[in-house]
Amino acid sequence: MANIDENKEGIKGMINPTRYGIERFAYLLMRLTGLGLLAYFVAHIYETSMILQGKVGWDEFLAITQTTEGHIILALVIGMSVFHTVNGIRVMLGHGGVGVGKPARPDYPYPAYSQNARHKITIYSAIVLAAIAMMYGLAVMFGE
Amino acid sequence: MRESIIMKIHYGTAVAAVALVAVHILFRLTQGFAESLEYESVIANYEFLPYAGMLEIILILISIHGFNGLRVVLIELKQGSQYEKSVTYGCLAAMVLVILYGSRTILMTSMGMV
Amino acid sequence: MTAESLQISNEESGSIVSPTKTITLRIARSNPNTNTELRFDEFKVPYQKWTTVLDTILEVKKYLDHSVAVRYSCRQASCGSCGMKINGKPSLACFTKITELNSDVVTVEPMNNFPIIRDLTVGFDRMFSNHKKIKPFIINEESEITSGTKEFLQTPEEVEKYIQFSSCIKCGLCNSVCPTMATDSSFIGPQALAQAYRYVADNRDKGKDERLKIIDDSHGIFRCHFAGSCSQVCPKGVDPAMGIQLLRGYLLGFRD
Repeated sequence: MANIDENKEGIKGMINPTRYGIERFAYLLMRLTGLGLLAYFVAHIYETSMILQGKVGWDEFLAITQTTEGHIILALVIGMSVFHTVNGIRVMLGHGGVGVGKPARPDYPYPAYSQNARHKITIYSAIVLAAIAMMYGLAVMFGE
Repeated sequence: MRESIIMKIHYGTAVAAVALVAVHILFRLTQGFAESLEYESVIANYEFLPYAGMLEIILILISIHGFNGLRVVLIELKQGSQYEKSVTYGCLAAMVLVILYGSRTILMTSMGMV
Repeated sequence: MTAESLQISNEESGSIVSPTKTITLRIARSNPNTNTELRFDEFKVPYQKWTTVLDTILEVKKYLDHSVAVRYSCRQASCGSCGMKINGKPSLACFTKITELNSDVVTVEPMNNFPIIRDLTVGFDRMFSNHKKIKPFIINEESEITSGTKEFLQTPEEVEKYIQFSSCIKCGLCNSVCPTMATDSSFIGPQALAQAYRYVADNRDKGKDERLKIIDDSHGIFRCHFAGSCSQVCPKGVDPAMGIQLLRGYLLGFRD
């Protein structure tokens, strides 16, 4: 059977966070933070394996990570973790039907009750908490 | 394995990992940031067996959660039975590799083989 | 009506006629059958405060270019035929007024994630086959064979549980805007999933387990990530995102 061009939006459509509200932005951030955290996790497993090189090997590797760039990356990781966690809890509960509203007879102008204030507030809270956590992390790392 | 079972595991590992990673981070905060990264501090943590056990559990939970997430992202990007099979087995293999590599670190360090 | 009586009626009515303004309507033109490259044809079209996007497209068809291919029927947002991308957002052309777009330039394109037939017309085969996949009918072995011997009782409260999702007009806007469908050709789509919930939530239906099995697939309900864009664009208040999450609650054990 010949491949039909489905006129798919493609990656541009998947990563476009504009025009459809904060929930779409949260979907994109969830993907990005997830992939970022996975990359950090793999790097962290490698980094911690340096303990097997003894004190010299460990200190050598620490010298690479305990730099300004290293601290900034770690601060980003802190922010990503907090956002991914808080938004993840929201999404998990939402996936179970919690907080998505109750079905009712639709009436003009047909608002979407699943896109309610509870979810919007949680998303903004996740972003704010991530920012606060990042600032705390930077204060700890650069404060010493 | 049915997708609903895989996703239940995905959510379960997430919730469990959040709790345990919070403990892991709090442990690091018991000392100053630089102090907690010193070689002797890290070795002491690994030799405390309950903590090493917790690290092992975190390793498994986050590997499962992370690589399943990667599998989902990749199969949504492109479809086809051959591609999807490769992605599934590839992510499974990567997950096992990371768990084995991390477990090696935890086991050898906690047993004092450094 | 004579010119004199028309003048009298205009003077007596006292109604304020909306001034006519002009917009530039850019219509995406393409024909996959002849490998014609996508191009945009521009037309200057007059509009008033009640003019819809569909009105302007039909104005173009009537006076400027008869060859524009567009699907439409009821002109009142009940048939779902005129779904298209209007200034980048999937909407029903008959339900979108020019004035609410707040723009002098209106760009209309075919909906994404549907194969283009020509110009603004897209193919719905995949959406309909996904819809059929979830068995969009009441499944109940106790249906009587001879009419008039049995009725399924349903209280108003029981109707409220699914009536919202039965408003679906199969316009396809939700499928067009879904971020998963943007890259996943195998995803069943928000329209089919919302309709699956419509039947599962109906107390006359006994096919819940059958439908849950169908959507419990690697490209089924779990490829929905609750981005909610489907509900943002639905013109009938179906709120497919709500239906999908409520349906997923059955699979995750939040509901039984």
